[in-house]
Amino acid sequence: MVNAIVNVPAQAKRGEVIEIRTLARHVMETGFRRTQLGELIPRDILTSFVCTYNGTEIFRAELHPALAANPLLTFTTVATETGTIAFRWTGDNGFAVTETATITVT
Amino acid sequence: MTTTRRQFLLLAGASIGAATTARAQLDPNVAAQRKAALDAALRKVVGDAPVRRGRVKLDLPPLIDNGNSVPLAVAVESPMTAADHVRAIHVFTEKNPQPNVVSAHLGPRAGRARLATRIRLADTGTVIAIAQMSDGSFWSDSAEVVVTLSACLEEGLI
Repeated sequence: MVNAIVNVPAQAKRGEVIEIRTLARHVMETGFRRTQLGELIPRDILTSFVCTYNGTEIFRAELHPALAANPLLTFTTVATETGTIAFRWTGDNGFAVTETATITVT
Repeated sequence: MTTTRRQFLLLAGASIGAATTARAQLDPNVAAQRKAALDAALRKVVGDAPVRRGRVKLDLPPLIDNGNSVPLAVAVESPMTAADHVRAIHVFTEKNPQPNVVSAHLGPRAGRARLATRIRLADTGTVIAIAQMSDGSFWSDSAEVVVTLSACLEEGLI
């Protein structure tokens, strides 16, 4: 089962600005909704997202209930060197998912 | 079966009654409370520093059919060098139960100060994006949006 999809260009020129698109599969239950019986549905969201490029953090985001389910995050980075871009989402109830992508810089 | 004028009026009356009951469950001071929560959230990020308009461009559709998934994009004018870059982008809403939407931290390695995501909106109101620059200044942009189907409340109150 795929829990996250990341879209990173496989190749890039050195110094080029590349766009990274990420999508994590998560319900992002806000904690404000109620069941038909009036009981509050407990909050279950992703709270943090970190992106590292060869071990160096390049992007970090704090997520709140106001993000849509299956949160999409699109951002940019400069292609500096060949290597691995790692993505990590963490959330309520000990949720954690990691995804990696490799990029070849010429 | 065709609906007669009488049936239609009865149905319309009943649905208006239901909507009024639903609204009655909300706290009457909810607008003031959300304004206070928004001010508190802004102060937590900005502190006492002035927030100027400009340099930030917040892009989201003016009319939203479904508040559960609203495309939002923020772009900030910045050279994104080590000396002058955007340190963080914060997004807030006026009418959601919680004002915070997303806080993104970036740096010179981003190349461009751009962020795109999808958010939830509970009601027609203002969305605010604030960018924190490396020199400590704050710049903002806001957008007025109309939401026809609310997020958050679809099962509880309607």
